Amino acid sequence: MTEAAKSTIDLVNASLKKRYASERRFRRLGVLAIGLGLLFVSILFFDIFSKGYTAFQQTHIRVQVYYDASILDPEGTRNEDDLAFADYMALIKQGLRDVFPEVTDRRAKRELYQLVSPGADQELRKRILENPGLIGTEEQVWVRANDDIDMLIKGHIDRDMPESNRRVSDRTLEWVDRLEQRNEVEKRFNTGFFTNGDSRQPEQAGIAGALMGSFYTLMLTLLFSFPLAVGTAIFLEEFAPKNRWTDLIEVNINNLAAVPSIIFGLLGLAVFINFFGVPRSTPLVGALVLTLMTLPTIIIASRSALKSVPPSIREAALGVGASPLQTQFHHVLPLAMPGMLTGTIIGMAQALGETAPLLMIGMIAFIVDVPQGITDPATVLPVQIFLWADSPERAFVERTSAAIMVLLAFLITMNLTAVLLRKRFERRW
Amino acid sequence: MQSSLLIILVLGMVAFGYLFGRRRSIAVSRNRGGITRLHSLPIYYGFYTALWVGLPALAIVMMAVFFEDSIITRLVIAGLPDQLRELHPDQLGLVMNDIRNMATGNIVAGELTAELQLASEHYVRLQAYADRVTWILVACISVLSLVFVRSRISPELRARNAVEKTVIVTMMVFSTIAILTTLGVIFSVFYESMLFFQQVPLSEFLFSTKWSPQIALRADQVGASGSFGSIPLFAGTLLVSAIAMLVAVPIGLMSAIYLAEYASPRFRAFTKPLLEILAGIPTVVYGFFAALTMAPFIRNLGERLGMDVASESALAAGLVMGVMIIPFVSSLSDDVINAVPQSLREGSAALGATRSETIKRVVFPAALPGIVGGVLLAMSRAIGETMIVVMAAGLSANLTANPLESVTTVTVQIVTLLTGDQEFDSVKTLAAFALGLSLFVVTLILNIIALRTVRKYREQYD
Amino acid sequence: MDTLPAARQKPGLSDLHLQGTVGDVSHPNPRMSCNDVDVYYDNGAVHAIKSITLDIGNQEVLAMIGPSGCGKSTLLRCLNRMNDNIDGCKVSGSIHLDEHDIYDRQRDVVLLRAQVGMVFQKPNPFPKSIYENVAYGPKIHGLAKDKTDLDEIVETSLKRAALWDEVKDRLAQPGTGLSGGQQQRLCIARAIAVSPEVILMDEPCSALDPIATAKVEELIDELRAEYTIAIVTHSMQQAARVSQRTAYFHLGHLVEVNDTDKVFTNPEHHLTEAYITGRFG
Repeated sequence: MTEAAKSTIDLVNASLKKRYASERRFRRLGVLAIGLGLLFVSILFFDIFSKGYTAFQQTHIRVQVYYDASILDPEGTRNEDDLAFADYMALIKQGLRDVFPEVTDRRAKRELYQLVSPGADQELRKRILENPGLIGTEEQVWVRANDDIDMLIKGHIDRDMPESNRRVSDRTLEWVDRLEQRNEVEKRFNTGFFTNGDSRQPEQAGIAGALMGSFYTLMLTLLFSFPLAVGTAIFLEEFAPKNRWTDLIEVNINNLAAVPSIIFGLLGLAVFINFFGVPRSTPLVGALVLTLMTLPTIIIASRSALKSVPPSIREAALGVGASPLQTQFHHVLPLAMPGMLTGTIIGMAQALGETAPLLMIGMIAFIVDVPQGITDPATVLPVQIFLWADSPERAFVERTSAAIMVLLAFLITMNLTAVLLRKRFERRW
Repeated sequence: MQSSLLIILVLGMVAFGYLFGRRRSIAVSRNRGGITRLHSLPIYYGFYTALWVGLPALAIVMMAVFFEDSIITRLVIAGLPDQLRELHPDQLGLVMNDIRNMATGNIVAGELTAELQLASEHYVRLQAYADRVTWILVACISVLSLVFVRSRISPELRARNAVEKTVIVTMMVFSTIAILTTLGVIFSVFYESMLFFQQVPLSEFLFSTKWSPQIALRADQVGASGSFGSIPLFAGTLLVSAIAMLVAVPIGLMSAIYLAEYASPRFRAFTKPLLEILAGIPTVVYGFFAALTMAPFIRNLGERLGMDVASESALAAGLVMGVMIIPFVSSLSDDVINAVPQSLREGSAALGATRSETIKRVVFPAALPGIVGGVLLAMSRAIGETMIVVMAAGLSANLTANPLESVTTVTVQIVTLLTGDQEFDSVKTLAAFALGLSLFVVTLILNIIALRTVRKYREQYD
Repeated sequence: MDTLPAARQKPGLSDLHLQGTVGDVSHPNPRMSCNDVDVYYDNGAVHAIKSITLDIGNQEVLAMIGPSGCGKSTLLRCLNRMNDNIDGCKVSGSIHLDEHDIYDRQRDVVLLRAQVGMVFQKPNPFPKSIYENVAYGPKIHGLAKDKTDLDEIVETSLKRAALWDEVKDRLAQPGTGLSGGQQQRLCIARAIAVSPEVILMDEPCSALDPIATAKVEELIDELRAEYTIAIVTHSMQQAARVSQRTAYFHLGHLVEVNDTDKVFTNPEHHLTEAYITGRFG
């Protein structure tokens, strides 16, 4: 053994302990980083879920209702218009007074009426309009409780707090307790959350309007962006001459993919709304903006899908005399389609979750009605989440979280589909 | 405007054109020895006819959609009595809105006057007239093209070439949309910004440290119509983004390194998608989390430690934004690290380097340009991120480097300025465009540098 | 491999296993010795090396030849445990370096690799300066006391690798900017900078042009004075030129080990003969 080699062994041996300690430290840092990442994922999901799952139930109060003909239809015409505008709230109020006959003071009465949602009359109206024969009869109806009562029942309001700091007065507490003892308070599945439009009253608010808005916007976005993106991708990948112009387009697309989304909102506001006069707040203008936003994503994915089709396929088709376009449409496109669809789904998922640019083009408006078409004012699910998150009522917190859960469910489904699609059709040449 | 019916008419004509063209080509080939004598397959004659029928009709519909309303509006305004016509353009717009609403039978905001009633009837009449004209034009053009194409269809007609040419030209036009978008952004945002800079000097926007777009209460306050110094906004943006990068870069980079260099394939296949969930969560969800969970948590923590923390602290927004960017940094770094050739790792290992030594001294320096590019892209994303800061950062423009205080950002101000009830050409609205322009320029520069660095890096190892 | 069916008809191949290695696997003064080594890939699915016993003598150049996939590179990589990094790779049997089993649990792989250096098929200089490339090993192992010490190590290594005169004026330039042959000599300099006892070379000239190859071969010959060298090569001429002993591998078996002169003039095994006369490869 040479002298140098011997000293090498000694020197290496001397430093080994320290080096392995540093190796372990580094490795632990890596584990820590991944652990932190996963921790954030779980905290986020746990937080949203624990806040939101209660929103799928809504507190209802059972009220004995007498469909008093003198209130609903004093003239006895049974005319639908009259019935539609009758004072159904009076019936509920009467029912509540019957339960608590000792409440006579005006202020106390008003507080009593606030046990139920201001929109509780809608349920009765619907029943009468469906079946006017009910007038003059009596029945027990479950009506929505007010949001404060809902929060109380769900345990979000601390009963031990001093009354002055509490959203619910001692008197109301006692009434609710009495109702509970008589089994007249119940948490039932919150169908309204999925069938109602937005409302200022948390217990009335639902995501149907936002869902329909998202649906129209997304469908239009798909309709616009898919052909545009696929056309662009085929042209750039297969037909475009390699020159400065196509280089410019390419650099442009890559840059557009990284432009902040809010800039697209400004563009939509200035160009689509103010210049072309596309109506504000509509799925149409939303879709136009989202199309421009998602185009780069889909184009880039489509191009790489086209790239992955081996040239031999093209040569084979051209060799039997197919025209370049026939080669594309008959042979290359079907093979590249799964990749393109994957990119499209990912782009659509992005569009579904996008909020900022839609605020710019007026989709932030408070809209109660469920949109019926692409030119009706609408909002979309993420914007609805934003609006609710801004509302001060405690009951909106759980609804916001619930809406987020719905949104995430859609997004996860879409992304899973994309992953499965990629797995299913992944081809190695 | 019954545009949907009109579109159905056009589509019907197109379908008819297709069938007609196909049958016609078969018919003309019959006495010439069958369809093999045709230059192209019959379906191409069908497409050819359909294009001839559809494109002109579509052009007319487009024109109608774009110009009908403005022409009618102009005509209606011309027919208005003088005292209404001489109103300020903004008020005139409101009047027109009323007329339109009345015409469509909606509830009208202003009071009902006889003039308005007349005008709305005028409007309805004009619109019905315009609709009729459009319908007739579409029908005429379609029929004319049909007759024209009928005379052209012959076995010699190179229908496939014509159709393919059209398709390729269409795709070429599609591919310019990206350019048009960029131009649209530049021109629209630039134009509005120029209007802004006519009212507020550029020097104030760039160098003043006071941002208060509210109209001043007293005339002698700084800048009677608010002041528009963007420095505090950019400082706030930078502070929040810097906090985000402090979270995202170490965590994202270290997890990418661990996944690429240490993790077993099974661990990687399991963990990577889980981390990427973070990238798929909409920003509004992060915003909600930041505002309702992170901010109170930090404030309570600060209180317990005896520190004064604003309820909309930059720290809360920055931390959550950092979490959002983690998967962005980690997947970009992962790509870059995997592009470092295996031979370098082997060369280092063969000299007796431990894994971490190889990573720190060989892999990381080799991947550095790519990682820097990725970090720049992440930075540009942090700067342009909107929802988290809108929901969790403040509105007041504080010039501070203290992460526990509340700051505002460029994107927050854009949203605030544009979501209020402002007229479109008020200084406040225009200010939003000026901010948008600076945001665009900053992120564009970052992106270009980043994409270049990454591209150069890739070329090195390809 | 495509000519294998023809070879199969010759006697001897089918009972390769029973027959064992012909020639002399042992060396009077061994530096490294493999004893009954088996290597499996893919968790046992592929049996890459089949019970090989072989000595590598002190200060000799041992050439390992054989057709592609015969296991020569695999064996080479076992000698400094580079196969540790490959998932599903299993090594059984024993490999000794100066009486120490290198696959012993107590054995430290970092130390082993400092003693057994390696040069790869494709030159793989780090994307650092020429100086940093050579200084890398001494730095990580802490071999230099100070800057002057390190400078000295770099200079001697580059001189031994016969590269000093070509690069002494541009030590700060990136190693990746050198020509292919220079890069490979840089990698050799990098390997000898940690003063290893054994140098493993995995087809070090396969990516080089003839002139660069000649330089590297010359270098190998000089290095023999101080180091033990095992070289895997595809080129029989190279094996004949640089080595003292030659081992011929076939399908994971070690077929023949003999003095290089004997292998190339009068091979004992017909497979060796078939290979060196170019009937397959």
